[in-house]
Amino acid sequence: MGENPISIHVLGICSALAITTKIDTAVVMTIAVVAVLSISNVVISLLRNNIPNKVRIIIQMSVIASLVIIADQVLKAYMYDMSKLLGVFLGLIITNCIVLGRAEAYAMQNSPSKALLDGMGNGLGYGTILIAVAFFRELFGFGSIYGAQVITNQIYLGGYENNGLMILSPGAFFILGLIVWAHRAYTETSDKD
Amino acid sequence: MKWLLDYLLKIKPNFDEGQKLNWLYPLYEATETILFSTDAKTKSAPHIRDSIDIKRVMILVVVALIPCYVFGAINVGYQNALSFGLERTWIENLIFGANAIIPIIVVTFVAGAFWEILFAIVRKHEISEGFLVTCALIPLTMPPSIPLWQLFIATSFGIVIGKEIFGGVGMNIFNPALTARCFIFFSYPSKISGDMVWLVGPDGYSGATALSVPASTNNADAVYLLNGITQFDYSWINLASGWIPGSIGETNKFIIFSAAAALMLMKLISWRVILGGISGLFAMSYIGTLIAPFSDNSMLSIPPHYHLVMGSFAFGLTFMATEPVTGSHTDTGRLVYGFFVGVLTVIIRSINPAYPEGVMLAILLMNAFASLIDYFVVKVNISKRMARYA
Repeated sequence: MGENPISIHVLGICSALAITTKIDTAVVMTIAVVAVLSISNVVISLLRNNIPNKVRIIIQMSVIASLVIIADQVLKAYMYDMSKLLGVFLGLIITNCIVLGRAEAYAMQNSPSKALLDGMGNGLGYGTILIAVAFFRELFGFGSIYGAQVITNQIYLGGYENNGLMILSPGAFFILGLIVWAHRAYTETSDKD
Repeated sequence: MKWLLDYLLKIKPNFDEGQKLNWLYPLYEATETILFSTDAKTKSAPHIRDSIDIKRVMILVVVALIPCYVFGAINVGYQNALSFGLERTWIENLIFGANAIIPIIVVTFVAGAFWEILFAIVRKHEISEGFLVTCALIPLTMPPSIPLWQLFIATSFGIVIGKEIFGGVGMNIFNPALTARCFIFFSYPSKISGDMVWLVGPDGYSGATALSVPASTNNADAVYLLNGITQFDYSWINLASGWIPGSIGETNKFIIFSAAAALMLMKLISWRVILGGISGLFAMSYIGTLIAPFSDNSMLSIPPHYHLVMGSFAFGLTFMATEPVTGSHTDTGRLVYGFFVGVLTVIIRSINPAYPEGVMLAILLMNAFASLIDYFVVKVNISKRMARYA
């Protein structure tokens, strides 16, 4: 947990803001990212001795892009509604810095089995934060957890209202910021300058 | 008072380094310096001898807010009597209003004090009195009908996100009181967006605010609309003297401008921000009235002197925009900063159909630009001097 891509390196923020209004989209996104990240890490790790140094970024990109397109098509085939909700952000995994970052920083130097573990670890770390943010946004924004209404009508009649800010993207910024704050305070890895 | 001082000095060793109650030292320190003037000396130059310290400055601002509170309470009672069709004396109105306002004040101060003391103890610094001003301002910007739990969350948000995460008093870039109001504005828009009036009255009793009267009609003259038959009396003199429904502390412009004058005389707030703000408001709304004949937007036809007394521009400019920390710090910068607060207020009011009132957003936006303005002022100054001595 000391190396979490979002809360420590602050990578992949864009998608974390866009698709975390509800938990189910966050879960699907997490699965897609874990799949793409681990497979791309393995593939690049297998190819690492044959990739010319000058064009390595292009090759990494094309591997990642192909995988993202496959993930996108699979979602469209089996979970059409969900793929419409995720929209462009699934395609944007290509530009998600975590995927390219791990390929460049880890998979290029390490064996496929290690790269696989690294990909899964980073993907799950990303997913944990995503789902945590989505949990708070869905709970306060819609009054539900994973689609199930937890805040009952009685509470609404008592004067409670859903928090509109949580549905807007600033809500994700605040939640994410608070999580980063809490995490860094806990692990004490923040640089004190 | 001697026995109190003796008592405080007697219990002081309990809070020293290494003692059991050391973690409560900030609380002790705050109590001692509120009750008695401090004998602490400045540790580095400049050593200015003055009877005023941050505590006294803050207290003076709070004192300037008291008339707003009193008038606010009377007005809340008056609007309530009006909505029920009752006849009441102003004393009865005051009592009724106080009943509505005091819970709001208590909740704000409890929330503010809780977070301030918590952060002071965790970070081991002195409790700063900044939160007193913030907490005194927040209720005045709230509608009297605000649910208390929303107020509690908003105050916490304003203090923690608006101030503490930047490092506490003096470090914040956005005004904490406005951050709190902004939080409610976006989170629970049904209670506060400013197109319907707020008052303590019968269920379902509502009406258009002065700003949304011209906003809701196209192709008309705003002054004619406001002086015509509206649910409330929106003539200029009544808008200025504040017998209209609104947020608690912002309706009476005479009281606010007197407070502004007093604070300017004591040099607690900058006259440059006020001057800049009012001239920005006048300039932009004058341009608006010039464009108005060619547009069907009736908000553009509001003349400058109406803009000055509508909504909470006066309150925002006097107590929010002049805050020394979040505004610009150079003299020229203050003029520019105030000017753009005025300009943006009119732009948001007239041109953006979603937000009838724009003062809060204008000030927060200019808070973000304040240091940029300072940067350019300093740059210009440097290049002027370079030219002079080159």
